[in-house]
Amino acid sequence: MNAPASHIEPATTTPAAGQAAAPATVIAASGLGLTFDTNDGPVHALSNVDLAIDKGEFVSFIGPSGCGKTTFLRVIADLEQPTEGTILVNGMTPRAAREARSYGYVFQAAGLFPWRTIERNVALPLEIMGYPKPEIAQRVGRTLSLVNLSGFEKKFPWQLSGGMQQRASIARALAFDADLLLMDEPFGALDEIVRDHLNEQLLELWARTRKTICFVTHSIPEAVYLSTKIVVMSPRPGRVTDVIHSTLPRERPLDIRESPEFLEIAARVREGLRAGHSYDD
Amino acid sequence: MTSAAGTLPAGGAGRESLAARLAAGNALPILIVVAAIVVVWYGFAVWLNLPWQLSVYERAGQAWTATDLVRDTLAQERPVLPGPHQVLAEMWRTTFEVAPTSRRSLLYHAWITLSSTLLGFVLGTLLGIVLAVFIVHNRAMDKSVMPWVVASQTIPILAIAPMIIVVLNAVGLTGLLPKALISTYLSFFPVVVGMVKGLRAPETIQLDLMRTYNSSAAQTFWKLRWPSAMPYLFTSLKVAVAISLVGAIVGELPTGAVAGLGARLLAGSYYGQTIQIWSALFMAAALAAVLVAIVGAGHRMVLKRMGMTP
Repeated sequence: MNAPASHIEPATTTPAAGQAAAPATVIAASGLGLTFDTNDGPVHALSNVDLAIDKGEFVSFIGPSGCGKTTFLRVIADLEQPTEGTILVNGMTPRAAREARSYGYVFQAAGLFPWRTIERNVALPLEIMGYPKPEIAQRVGRTLSLVNLSGFEKKFPWQLSGGMQQRASIARALAFDADLLLMDEPFGALDEIVRDHLNEQLLELWARTRKTICFVTHSIPEAVYLSTKIVVMSPRPGRVTDVIHSTLPRERPLDIRESPEFLEIAARVREGLRAGHSYDD
Repeated sequence: MTSAAGTLPAGGAGRESLAARLAAGNALPILIVVAAIVVVWYGFAVWLNLPWQLSVYERAGQAWTATDLVRDTLAQERPVLPGPHQVLAEMWRTTFEVAPTSRRSLLYHAWITLSSTLLGFVLGTLLGIVLAVFIVHNRAMDKSVMPWVVASQTIPILAIAPMIIVVLNAVGLTGLLPKALISTYLSFFPVVVGMVKGLRAPETIQLDLMRTYNSSAAQTFWKLRWPSAMPYLFTSLKVAVAISLVGAIVGELPTGAVAGLGARLLAGSYYGQTIQIWSALFMAAALAAVLVAIVGAGHRMVLKRMGMTP
């Protein structure tokens, strides 16, 4: 919002700019719960989650494994069905939202199809959604340049590094211009240096495309660096223990991570995690 | 096949001496094994044909030396075990010195067997793929069909082949198709097993991904499951084509078939023509090798086009 000069997104149309003035609720969960029936008895993956996410926010979900952060993302994506409560995505049920193709999902692993070149991997959702050929080519070119992968169109996934593969999978999720991006620990398997680099690029991409991003992570610095809102979760049962609104500016150089403000937010996240008894075993 | 493999691990150097290429590849070990087999074979041939040859000398009251003995044991008309050169000479004669349309031509018989092998292989592959698609997409099919598929292969083919031929004859089906169906019976099995595994090969992430795109079942099949199954399909096809050939030969045995490598084997054993039996066996082996090599080449070609051979 504060960087209109760098905002040169060709596909952005006027309604997006109009809505930015009055933020609409993209995700609204109330009393959401999900219980898996396993052989060892019921597992409460999510319990009584109330959460609202506004358009254009960058929301991180942080917590130890088993706290339901991935499950929550999968509920939004209609990959899991909640057993209690309600959730609306763009004012629709998750199923309707999925059928309307209103989100792009980035998984923990890139999950590229090894028999498709990078450009054909990015074209995959467009082919499925029935875009005409010239538009597919144009969108693939645009999204690949958005994640700095121009020039790698004809490469096969195994010819790319892990970080580049993950960038390709982000391009694949961006290709059909869904306003919502769901990312499940997308950089979890990458080393710290690559991760820093991709975090920077992700922020830049977010600023340019103005998408709403839900980002699952278990790294405190990553969550604080990226987010406008941090949702701290804790396990058994998976629940939200704290929601922190970041006071950091939207423009964030990497060295902001040494600023006192950053460290203060990180401390609060750590405290929230500890309060959730997330480390007792 | 050996020469292609031989050039692979040579570390990039373009022109090398033949000896170096032989040492680097697997041609040399193969040649050594072949040479060893030939030596052992000759040893057995002399030993097994010895009693008959001795009785021949005795009846003729002929004096003989060790050289005579070796020469004569390897030149009998109906030896217990013919020498390799006798088999090769017979193969050469019946392949190149006889018109391929003649009943005495090995090529004629090989073609009869090959045609029913190929028909059976194609039918078996199609049947296998169709069954696998149903098994993967339908829980009831998975539970009900798969055990029968496995059970079908526990019946000895030699027991069921005559019945298939007789039953099909009774309904008026004769000639190529009944034999081909025996090949089908054998070859659909590896295809079903391989394709079921292959169509289930996509990772959960990839299937979830297709779901997030709201992809139809047909789209998921053609864009994800089918390409994922390709390596499995070709591995199965290599097995299937080899046992299709076995099926065709077995199918020729009980019919009193007048043509085909199986008929040639049977006729050879009726009349004690061991050389004929061995040359039919060698032709069958060569046929199998060529068929497997063709499927292997198709495998490499498809994988290369899919970018899967680094």
